[in-house]
Amino acid sequence: MNGITRREALRAGAAALAAPALVERANAQSAFDWRRFRGERIEVTVQLSPRGQFLQQNNKEFEDLTGIRVGLEVVPEQQHRQKIIVEYASGRPSFDVTEISLHVNKRQVGKARWNTDIKALLDDPALTAPDFDFADYGEGMVTYATQADGRLDSCPAGADYFILYYNKELFAAKNVEVPKTWDEMYEAAKRLADPSKQVYGHVGRGLKNANVVLWSSYLLGTSQRDMIDANRQLITDTPDAVWAGETYKKFLRDVSPPGSIGFNWNECQTTFMQGRAAMWVDGIGFAAPLEDARRSRVAGKVGYAVVPRGPGSHHCALFGAGYAIPEASRRKGPAWFYIQWALGKANQLKWLTSGAGVPARSSPFRNEEAIGQSHFPRDFFQTLEASARIARAGLPEIVPVTQFRDVIGTALTNTISGADVAAELKRATAEFRPILEQSERET
Amino acid sequence: MPRDIAILDGPAEAALPRGRRNYARRYAWFVVPAAVVVVAVILFPWLFTLYVSAFDWHLGSERRWVGLENYVRLFTDARFGWAVLRTLLYTVLAVVAPMVLGLAAALCFHRRFPLRGLARTVFILPMMATPVAVALVWTMMFHPQLGVLNWLLTQVGLPPSMWVYSAETVIPTLVMVEVWHWTPLVMLLILGGLASLPTDPYEAAKIDGASPWQAFRHITLPLLAPFIVVALIIRTIDALKAFDTIYVITQGGPGQASETINIFLYLQAFAFYNVGYASAVVVVFFAIIMVLAALLLWTRQRVKVT
Repeated sequence: MNGITRREALRAGAAALAAPALVERANAQSAFDWRRFRGERIEVTVQLSPRGQFLQQNNKEFEDLTGIRVGLEVVPEQQHRQKIIVEYASGRPSFDVTEISLHVNKRQVGKARWNTDIKALLDDPALTAPDFDFADYGEGMVTYATQADGRLDSCPAGADYFILYYNKELFAAKNVEVPKTWDEMYEAAKRLADPSKQVYGHVGRGLKNANVVLWSSYLLGTSQRDMIDANRQLITDTPDAVWAGETYKKFLRDVSPPGSIGFNWNECQTTFMQGRAAMWVDGIGFAAPLEDARRSRVAGKVGYAVVPRGPGSHHCALFGAGYAIPEASRRKGPAWFYIQWALGKANQLKWLTSGAGVPARSSPFRNEEAIGQSHFPRDFFQTLEASARIARAGLPEIVPVTQFRDVIGTALTNTISGADVAAELKRATAEFRPILEQSERET
Repeated sequence: MPRDIAILDGPAEAALPRGRRNYARRYAWFVVPAAVVVVAVILFPWLFTLYVSAFDWHLGSERRWVGLENYVRLFTDARFGWAVLRTLLYTVLAVVAPMVLGLAAALCFHRRFPLRGLARTVFILPMMATPVAVALVWTMMFHPQLGVLNWLLTQVGLPPSMWVYSAETVIPTLVMVEVWHWTPLVMLLILGGLASLPTDPYEAAKIDGASPWQAFRHITLPLLAPFIVVALIIRTIDALKAFDTIYVITQGGPGQASETINIFLYLQAFAFYNVGYASAVVVVFFAIIMVLAALLLWTRQRVKVT
């Protein structure tokens, strides 16, 4: 009989004592180490929006998870864009993570190579959590965030589609169908107007710069679709561009409230919220204030639909944001952890269901249970999904995009006052062409 | 005090006659902190702006030396020309209207009447408000359909106005906000002047049978002139540099109808990131302000002499 020797018994005992430590170590190797950078501090700057406020409210969750302290700054959109560019240009930006408006700053930051290519971070298993699942991002958004040279210098955060908001009560009162084409929409706007009650068929952006995205929504419905051609030449005075300008003019001049020439999105929102406009084409992000019964007289009465089709094609304007890490940052690891948390699956789902924004990931849209519990109506989510399928960049991908908006926007504003569309677009195109050419040469 | 000075100056210097003692060399170091601040926050930025204005420089791109090209471009830029004209129009209106109304209000509040103190306090309240907050409130009131101003107009049978939502009415409307905001300041300055006027000339004028208008025209106005000129200088500088109210309410629109030099400059620098060109605008704008300031200071000297 082979009994257990004293030596074997001691070995077995030692192994039993060591087992918990070995198991813990094995687990640590398989589980992602979120606390790798504990004790460090990063600076984050984002735009003032429901997304920014969401991050602000949940900042502690990230700090508890990682042990990284976060200095979070939330700045109004326009000032935020200026602030980050000035800081980038200084060579020493104060932030480690920033939000980038892809439709405004993408090419500028790409050209200057101000941001880190996140592909290397994505490929590093020690730095990227397995459940971050980059494949979950929609291909369209990844393409939208990728620079012309193939660098992915920001992580796609969210999209903004232009959609059609309509007042269901006004539509029902006059038995009007939701329009499918821009021409139908114009006719519907004429029918829905009731000047005696100061109710207008349509409201839209007339203020220069802000108004270009409405004009581009019409242009996206033509066979031309874009504002620059394959050779990166300006095509904003072509017959299709003029058709879009004429459409813009007739909507803003004939069926919109007087004074629309100075309306930005906030005036449009106020007018629509007060039930004074039957239709409004603008970004998806306004659903949240429109459905807020404390502020809006149309809460619960808002209908959502994709923008109408044009004579040549059917697209809605796409805008978007990404989160980036400056090349000059000395804390790229902790910064990347922050982006993974902020744009992780859980937070992106919360963005969608709370109406804070359209996530760049696709998984939130598949979560039927969470969507079912949202206070937003079903047609809101259906519109989102349908818009994602027809989305196309709403602004040209050029460095001087703000100047483009200023020059073309002024021409469009002039048309509301009665100026000839073709002449205005021709003048504006001639004015902006040398600016674009110089910018392209520098690029 | 000669004894104290001798102690401070030391025996050797104290032995010299007071006129020959060299105070400047000894106390020159006390000027250094102020000089450093002036160089750091005024002189260096100014010289750097001048230097940058000689470059074609968009943020994010390489700088390219262009010499005076930005200035040549500026003087042929119709948009800048219109911005200068709008600035001058806005300045004239935003100076003259508060000056006239402020003088009238000061004359009114100089008289004794019940609750005068309360009325004065209420009158100067707009001046206390932050310009951006004021601009936001006015923006809401100007809304063509939902604003309270058009509601008030319709209540008294007048047609609604487009206020800042029309190229024709935007400048007068912005001036209206400026007048509401800054007339109290002019009133306060002139009221201070009125309080310091001697009473003898008025008594003499009364004995000579002068009418109230003659007393105002030939006594009050000439004696108030130095105060009026000070108010004029302050208002002119304020109106020239007006930015916050215009930017918040119209952003230079509709179109470019309210785009003053400051808005033009802001767009070039912070919207188009055209730093070189914007620097040239700063230099030219500075020259315009210097000319106007010199003109006003010259006027002030003449008034003093008179």
